[in-house]
Amino acid sequence: MNTAPPGLNDVLQRTFSFPKRHFLSASDLNEVEVANLLDLADGFVSLNRQTSKKLDLLKGRTLMNLFFENSTRTQSSFELAGKRLGADVVNMSPRSSSISKGETLIDTAVTLNAMQPDLLVVRHSSSGAASLLSQKVSCSVINAGDGQHEHPTQALLDALSMRRAFGRIAGLKVAICGDVAHSRVARSNIALLQMLGAEVRLVGPPTLIPPQAERWNVAIFHDMREGIAGCDVVMMLRLQLERMDGVMAPSQREYFRFFGLDREKLACAAPHARVMHPGPMNRGVEIDSDVADDLSVSLIQDQVEMGVAARMAVLTSLAARLENAR
Amino acid sequence: MSLRPIAFSNVRLVDPASGYDGPGGVIVTEGVIADVVRGGDLGSLSKDVEVIDGKGALLIPGLVDIRVKTGEPGTETKETLKSAALAAAAGGVTSIVLQPDTDPVIDEPSVVDFILRRARDIELVKVHVAGAATKGALGERMAEIGLMAEAGCLYVTDADRPIVDSKVLRRVLAYARAFGVRVAHRPADPWLSAGAAASEGEFASRLGLPGVPAVAEMIMLERDLALAELTGAGLIVDQVTTAAALKSLRRARDKGLAVTATTSINHLSFNEIDIGDYRTFCKLDPPLRSEDDRQAVIEAVASGLIQVVVSAHAPAPAEDKRLPYDEAAPGAIGLQTLLPALLTFHHEARIPLIDLIRAVTSAPADLLGLPTGRLAKGAPADLVLCDLDAPLVIDADKLISKSKNSPFDGRRLQGKVLRTLVDGRTVFGA
Repeated sequence: MNTAPPGLNDVLQRTFSFPKRHFLSASDLNEVEVANLLDLADGFVSLNRQTSKKLDLLKGRTLMNLFFENSTRTQSSFELAGKRLGADVVNMSPRSSSISKGETLIDTAVTLNAMQPDLLVVRHSSSGAASLLSQKVSCSVINAGDGQHEHPTQALLDALSMRRAFGRIAGLKVAICGDVAHSRVARSNIALLQMLGAEVRLVGPPTLIPPQAERWNVAIFHDMREGIAGCDVVMMLRLQLERMDGVMAPSQREYFRFFGLDREKLACAAPHARVMHPGPMNRGVEIDSDVADDLSVSLIQDQVEMGVAARMAVLTSLAARLENAR
Repeated sequence: MSLRPIAFSNVRLVDPASGYDGPGGVIVTEGVIADVVRGGDLGSLSKDVEVIDGKGALLIPGLVDIRVKTGEPGTETKETLKSAALAAAAGGVTSIVLQPDTDPVIDEPSVVDFILRRARDIELVKVHVAGAATKGALGERMAEIGLMAEAGCLYVTDADRPIVDSKVLRRVLAYARAFGVRVAHRPADPWLSAGAAASEGEFASRLGLPGVPAVAEMIMLERDLALAELTGAGLIVDQVTTAAALKSLRRARDKGLAVTATTSINHLSFNEIDIGDYRTFCKLDPPLRSEDDRQAVIEAVASGLIQVVVSAHAPAPAEDKRLPYDEAAPGAIGLQTLLPALLTFHHEARIPLIDLIRAVTSAPADLLGLPTGRLAKGAPADLVLCDLDAPLVIDADKLISKSKNSPFDGRRLQGKVLRTLVDGRTVFGA
């Protein structure tokens, strides 16, 4: 234990055996599990800020990143998380390999499974893809985003950022703004934040709010100023530019005028309000640089840092449960 | 410039907004209605008031026509904003809503702004703008509905062109609703209508004209109503002209949908037989229908199922009309003839006068949130003094519009506009 970096004991004390084999959806979690994961992640944040960041909690384990959709930041976040925990990390981009040769998702899964990975991180453009994969492999599957369904580690890192900024999540008013309809980030956040006792609102034009979302126990606003009024957190979502040219919204300039977050609209939120964005941002479209870059209101950089810690917490907890764990 | 106060005495007031039809008078100061007196005399008035003895003439709110085309910008040889405004003033129409299918199309805020500024300089009638629902009115991509609404557009529509892609119309309806903007849509099945010059039927068959079946209107309307229900949007059905479509409309109204329907004065006044010997002035879009359809449309205005009557003013110069029937441009001018043509149904005792006036004043004004269209204290003094019974024969060549394509040419009508006021200023008559 002499060689252990400071804080490791602290972290190890927080490790708990996660009761599920996979990490697929925020709605699968319960309040206790989330609290444990957040506590654990908090410990990793301190560790990650030290010079020596390397741990051996996942020593001997193999982490496979399987990204059917390109994502620099999520993939490197998982890669770093795995490496800092001492796992061997392999990055697969099936886009440029077998899948493009006609192999089905399940064939790929079975092939990769034969290589005996312990943890499989999956991103796919189809909703439900991670769940389908998890039924065909013997390792743990972590959903790193499936279509327009869920992105549970993003919700976890968002919750961690909020908890650190406000000291709590229960009772916070959170406005999720923009392209909710196509957002897996929004769906995971709605589930997790509501579980933790936050009040969630959705803000966007009707074309970007999922049909019948009012049944999710969220208030829906089509006027951004009304929607973010009094909110503690304004969570902006990315809107793909091609959806903006007269498809879901008339134009970039109209979108920014009515649904882009600038100082003037932000003034409607609570005085201490913080701004979040899962990235990558379209500056001047959904968010004004002036707001995004103001560290006194923006949590956007924190979110990236919390991402590594939150993913380390998920990987550690899943690994602790694996059959051959100890 | 301060206007001299005006008082109309000894007039018959018809004010659909309040439901009053009876003798009285109106006092106008500073461009607004200062007082409406029902029954007896106006009492003592200060000496600087210009008192106009109406001698029993009709005094009604200025007409609001929500479907007007000019040729400005783009085809000023057809009609300019000025010539249209002069025709409107002469017809007792004090507010017009321009259609967006100009050149360029009114599909972004700067064009809305441009037209509103041009119109303001003319200082005749009130000119409003409907923006395009889709870019270029091509039915493919949503136009800047929010920014146009901020610039002052009153509703959005692709005018004569139906939005064929149901997904696009659904998005337009849902999006516009969030901005409190209504969407007008022409119910016409594009495939059944393609190439048609007239309504399908025995008469078109005899003339050898390609026809569109009346159900083409109902088919598209059913889709539009379903999408209006899905999105909760405020749909304006742009010109219902067939009995079949009216049945669909009735069902939607009974369900409580926020749907408003218009029809044009042409479809109330003419049927397909009026095409006669290939009279291209009667070539309209939608085409003139059967007499059964026309009667059903009249009944629908009488019952309130159709709430708004429009002129569907669509100027087309001689060179566009003096062509073989199926090559001629569709459309008719109507600003100057709207009121007397509408009064026909009063003279024929088909529809009570107050209900006719409602369809061209308070109903369209309320639909679009305009303060005009009523004889009420504080309302803008947009007024029409009209001799209800005076006979006139329409001579298309003498109409003010630059284009003379009036199907009413030669028609005998009753009801003559004596004076038109906009914000207390006399813009027609003396």
